[in-house]
Formats: sequence, structure tokens, C-alpha cells
Amino acid sequence: MRHDHVLTAKQFSRADIETILDRAGDFDGPTGDTRHTDSLLGLLFFEPSTRTKMSFETAIKRLGGDTIDMGSVDSSSVTKGESLADTVRVIEGYADAIVLRHPKQGAAKMASEFVDVPVVNAGDGAGHHPTQTLLDLYTIRENAGLDDLTIGIMGDLKYGRTVHSLAQALTNFETTQHFVSPESLALPPEVRYDLDEAGAAVAEHTELEGVLPDLDVLYVTRIQRERFPDENEYRAVASEYGIDLRTLEDATDDLSIMHPLPRVDEIDPAIDETPHATYFEQAHNGVPVRMALLDSLL
Amino acid sequence: MTDDHQLRVGKIRNGTVIDHVTGGQALTVLAILDIDGSGGEEISVGMNVPSDRIGRKDILKIEGRELSQEEVDVLSLVAPDATINIVREYDVAEKHRVERPEEVVGVLSCPNANCITTEREPVESRFAVLADGVRCAYCGTLIREAFADRIEVE
Repeated sequence: MRHDHVLTAKQFSRADIETILDRAGDFDGPTGDTRHTDSLLGLLFFEPSTRTKMSFETAIKRLGGDTIDMGSVDSSSVTKGESLADTVRVIEGYADAIVLRHPKQGAAKMASEFVDVPVVNAGDGAGHHPTQTLLDLYTIRENAGLDDLTIGIMGDLKYGRTVHSLAQALTNFETTQHFVSPESLALPPEVRYDLDEAGAAVAEHTELEGVLPDLDVLYVTRIQRERFPDENEYRAVASEYGIDLRTLEDATDDLSIMHPLPRVDEIDPAIDETPHATYFEQAHNGVPVRMALLDSLL
Repeated sequence: MTDDHQLRVGKIRNGTVIDHVTGGQALTVLAILDIDGSGGEEISVGMNVPSDRIGRKDILKIEGRELSQEEVDVLSLVAPDATINIVREYDVAEKHRVERPEEVVGVLSCPNANCITTEREPVESRFAVLADGVRCAYCGTLIREAFADRIEVE
């Protein structure tokens, strides 16, 4: 498989996904690989990031390559008013691929139209996060398989880019998706449109209760405090869409709980020690999956 | 019958006749063309006149203005059955039926304030035309109605 750019999860076919996940399996563990010794990855993060940025850095270094990093937005030419189009055109002269995180939706797609090196979307506002989806799928496959799967996705579904990408990618498989959120943070019409177009089996709920016993996977996302004008309103919603050991009394023994991290209050730390907790394994999987992806791009 | 109705709103010498506009959409078409009368344009409008083909139709006659392809493209979103007659010296010089394009470029502005196309970037807006609306090629936002509010044709 070769993609010149990785912009949305919608671009992946089932075969594409399986190829990447299979290849990621080969990179899972110390590799001492040097196949991309001459490769430089340009990291353009216009928003803060810990996991995504560091896992890309780790991935390219484990392939023998290196990174160049524009650093924080405050110390970059962005403060001088440079356009994103100009920034990426400059960086393509330095790097063999560009990893871009940007607060605006569609930023990666636009960037891809100005450069000849591959652009990887590492999150564009509330839009997409396709590489997170690949590591999510890798984790789901390891724990529950990707067909005959019933998955619950709970939290901020409106602004959660990881949710949008995951939902779209899951339409390639035999899955039933249950979306659980407050009405104000339900799936945006664009994502629902794609799911309906793909003929996906989808249900939307405002409560986890009643759905939980059917789930193989529960994917929890953070409800973002900044979305709520009133702190009390946020607190009420956040506590309603959090889970603890008591919540899990209705879950199957095999339920896998995932979270793209960082979490705040939505998963009680007591769950960390149970076999349900999959989120740290999920975060670790970012490295082999991104190694596999970069290997296919470079 | 059509000729009678065209006569009802008068012939034009040079300009465009937009016929078979979906009944009630004439004002939206004027909005798309950014014509509000303030420029002194000579415009005749017939609304909800009988039509053999589409039941009720609107018809617009615009003196001294020939539509661009961009304008015709976006017109197709609100008036998919429209015919465009370019009139020169009282004769129909060209006759076109609008066709829904696969996409419209540089015509609609994205309503999503967080879309990259709303930033100061050297990129034109781009919308895929769907059966029941349009969709931003960058952020994916759907627009299913109120197209006229999003028109940015010069």
C-alpha cells in the first residue's frame, strides 16, 4: 500500500488497514531497524501534543531516521503572520514527509495541495485524526477482533476528532457502533452522513446504561471543559459520562476499555488495575503503527 | 404558452433570461447573482407562472448581464431545471440548460468558522455537489439549504 498523503480515515479501505496493522505487528518491539537512516520527518504541531508527537518521533527514530521540529507556535514564523501554505512549502525543502497538527479543520488537506512530500494529518481541529485511528484499530484487533464487533463510543462525539475517524474506519468491518453522549455533544451531521452512506449499523444514545452489557469495546473520550460556558453544567455532564468499577458491574468480563488519552475524570483510576483497561497499551501501540505507516510513506 | 409568459414580463435587448427556475426561487437566484436593484440593473421577474414542464416556475430577465459559468454552476444548486438564454439584439444567441457540476470552486464560503478556507490562506473554497446539498472538500461541512447566504461570486 502507498498513500502519498494520510488525511482522513475515509481514504483507507479494509485492505489498506489490514496491511498497515499486519506490518505494525512486525515493528512491535525493539527492531534496531535502519531502513530509513536518511529520512527526516518534519513535525509541525500548531497545537500542543504529547503522545502523538512523541510517538511519531519515536517511530521515525526506530526506523533509523530523525526529525526536524518547528517547536512551539510562539517561537515560529507563524507569529509573524506566515500562512500555513507558505510554512509547508518551506518545510518540504527540508523534510521527506510532514506531520501536521493544526487547529483548523481541513488544514492537512490544504497543506497536501501545496507540497510534493507526503503530509500526515496528526489532528485537524475537530476534524480527523487518522493515525490515531490506525492504532485504535490495532488495539481493538488485538483484544476483540475487528469483525462481529459491538463497540460503544462515549463522550464528546461532536468535537472528538478521534471519534470521527474511528467511526468512519469501522465501516470497513462488520461492526455495530453505539454512540453515547449528551445531546449537545452528539455526532456532527457530516459524520452521521458518512456512516449512513456506508450503510453502517449505528445507534445513538444519551445513556450508557442498557448498552453496556452488549459491548465488546467501550471507547471513552474526554468531555472538554472549555466547551461549556458554565462550570457546573460541565461537572454534571462530565460525571454522567464517566465510568468507575460500579459502572462495570453490568459489563462482560471481556469488555475492553479504550481512551485516546489524556483522561481527566472520565475513567476512575481504579479501573487501571482491571483486565478491562486497554488505554495504556493503546497509547504504546502508536509507535509500531506509526512505524508501519511511515515505512509505507517514505 | 411560454412565449405568452415571456411577453408578460417584456423582451430584453441584451442580457440573460433565466427560465424554468423552481417556483418561488427567483429571489434566491437574484441573491446568488448579487443583484438587489441598487446597481440600477433592469430586471423583470415572473414568479409562480404556469409551466408545462415543472408545474410552476419563476422566470427572470436581466438586461445587460451575461452569466459566467461559475454563476451558472451555483445556480444549478437552487434551480436544477433552469434554462439560460443569452440574448443579443433581441435574439436568443445561446441557450443552455444548467447542469449540476460535480463540484463548485470559489463560489460558496464555508459556514464552518473553523475551516481552513476561512483563514487567510491562498486556497479557494471547494464544495462537492451531493444529491441533496453540497459538502466542503476541506472540513466536510454539509450545506443543505440557504445557499444564497454562502455565495461569494464576484
